[in-house]
Amino acid sequence: MSVEAREARQPWILLAPAISAVTLLLLVPLIFIVVYSFWLRTATGADQVGFYLDNWREALTDRFYRDILFSTLRIAAITTIVCALMGYPAAYFIARSRGNKVLLLLLLMLPFWISYIIRTMSWINILGVSGALNTLLMSVGIITEPLNMLYNETTVILGLVHFLLPFMVLNVFVSLDGIDTNLEDAANSLGATKWQSFIQVTLPLSLPGLAAGGLLCFVLGAGTYITPLVLGGPRDAMFANLVFEAIITQLNWPLGSALSLMLLVVLGALVMIYNRYLGMAQLMKGLG
Amino acid sequence: MTRKIDDTTRYERLRERYMNGGLDRRSFLGLLGAAGTAYGLVTPYRALAQSVSQVRFDGWGGVVSEALRANAFDPFTAKTGIEVVDGTFGGGDEYLSRVKASQPGEYNIAHLSGVFDYARYHGLGLTTKLNEERIPNLQFVIPKLVDVFRNVTDGSLSCVPYDYGTTGLAYNRKYISDEEMQEKGAKILIDEAHKGKIGGWSDWRTRMWYASLQTGQDPNGVTDEEACWDAVRQHRDLALKYWGSGAELMSLLAEEEIHVTEGWSGRIYALQEQGHDIGYMDPPNGFGWQECMFVIKGSPLEACEELLNFMLDPATSIAVAEGQSYPPALDPQKVDLGDKIPTLPAFDPTGTLDGLTFADPDYWNGHEAAWSKTFGRVQKGY
Repeated sequence: MSVEAREARQPWILLAPAISAVTLLLLVPLIFIVVYSFWLRTATGADQVGFYLDNWREALTDRFYRDILFSTLRIAAITTIVCALMGYPAAYFIARSRGNKVLLLLLLMLPFWISYIIRTMSWINILGVSGALNTLLMSVGIITEPLNMLYNETTVILGLVHFLLPFMVLNVFVSLDGIDTNLEDAANSLGATKWQSFIQVTLPLSLPGLAAGGLLCFVLGAGTYITPLVLGGPRDAMFANLVFEAIITQLNWPLGSALSLMLLVVLGALVMIYNRYLGMAQLMKGLG
Repeated sequence: MTRKIDDTTRYERLRERYMNGGLDRRSFLGLLGAAGTAYGLVTPYRALAQSVSQVRFDGWGGVVSEALRANAFDPFTAKTGIEVVDGTFGGGDEYLSRVKASQPGEYNIAHLSGVFDYARYHGLGLTTKLNEERIPNLQFVIPKLVDVFRNVTDGSLSCVPYDYGTTGLAYNRKYISDEEMQEKGAKILIDEAHKGKIGGWSDWRTRMWYASLQTGQDPNGVTDEEACWDAVRQHRDLALKYWGSGAELMSLLAEEEIHVTEGWSGRIYALQEQGHDIGYMDPPNGFGWQECMFVIKGSPLEACEELLNFMLDPATSIAVAEGQSYPPALDPQKVDLGDKIPTLPAFDPTGTLDGLTFADPDYWNGHEAAWSKTFGRVQKGY
């Protein structure tokens, strides 16, 4: 084999494990889901093989699914904004700190060592009727009766922020860390105040990181179902909960497949828009 | 004597040979690849060829699993050498979905609740035919409990009845008196006075059963369906949380997040034993159910039958029942059940179970597709 041929083959050999994994674990199951979405559920719960548009018709025309989808996108958007507001100052502090950057990053990563479900459930012990916060407020005499703080949309958003904040901080940090601090010094030397140099120099340069963090938070937030299940009240369901219910509770895999594809298309479109205007490179940096 | 070794040991020995230079890299990777391919090819037919060194059991988790592990599975393994691997589920629907996605033989025995679940499994072709001669302890079981299963599977059995209980009303006596409960019955779950302190199981059957009681209808024959859905909506608007497992039910009541909910008799008894002042009441036509140990099609039958017979042995069954706080399916007219079991909620000393109302499987399964879907919507505010 010639050297050129060997060199041309090498990237494919190196990519083969990743391509195989993506094909077997993502592409093939996705094809199954697409096929399933055109089947029907029979009265006994068995699947009727065929090509039926009933599930798609229901998913696209029923107001119920549309409303929950919008509500899901709204909750994901609020979560993303809160993460951005809380995450940016934290990322800025880490990026500009001297000496203890590694330690701070390690602290940021620490929650990932604990299961997401455990982290979500920890809020029950903090905000519950006999939880830490109520106990504290009652012991200092601020309240006499425990407050009902759990099982509503606010606690769902709180749980999501708790889960997603590190993703935002990491992405913004990567962006800020790559900005040459001499640029700020130059702005200051030309008469800009610290605030002006931040607004006109640092913030615009860090926007790709903020956008990448925002995209991650939004997509992960919109696809979650554990948080509303654990911290939500009877009405606080998100779109992924509908998929769960269709597949698990109603044993309606065809409808569940159509619904999951619907969510995938909406979130996929968002990623495409992001890629069109900002590119995926920044996102890869943040994830790396 | 040759000793059987497991796959991990085989791999470790192979790796050791490779690391010591006794095997070249190409052969090592080739053998690993061949093993992987063989596993993939054989998996669908595993149940047909397995040597039955283990049986998989899936149940409700929590105190129920603990009772089964300590009193049935560990002694069974010590006696037969067959290991019982136990998993858990939050509800029958969730488990059925898992079984549907599995390969034959992957799941073996399930602790199913209600004849309607048994009928659903039968409808999906998941039942098998047990050899009852290999389960002689079946003779001790309450006949009525066995017969309802036989009716579904044309006289044969794919399960053995194991215990029974009720889904009654559980309430915190610190906030709700026994008198108030007696007066309001099932309607306490839609009582404005307890808004924000009411709970409920996120199971459509239980919601509709209690809605039937709240609207004065027969739970096995609702005539005004819309009135029931209105009652479900009313409950939803007053409830703090739908619970999804026995552990969550116990936590919500013990932490006083909720003051009243419907609850599983055994779990509430367990809370009472832990010292919580939780009352329990079965309203008229309260939800009675019987649980069975169901053997799924494709399972190693002989091992499963041996385990079922062991579990139905009066000594085992009574110990499990005392641990999980649900009366066993053993007939009190045939077996002395000891001192504790007669004190358990829902226990029927006559063995006729005439005092309990069970779900009619045809009626409930006939409404399953429509009602589970409607409940999904009602639950979310529709």
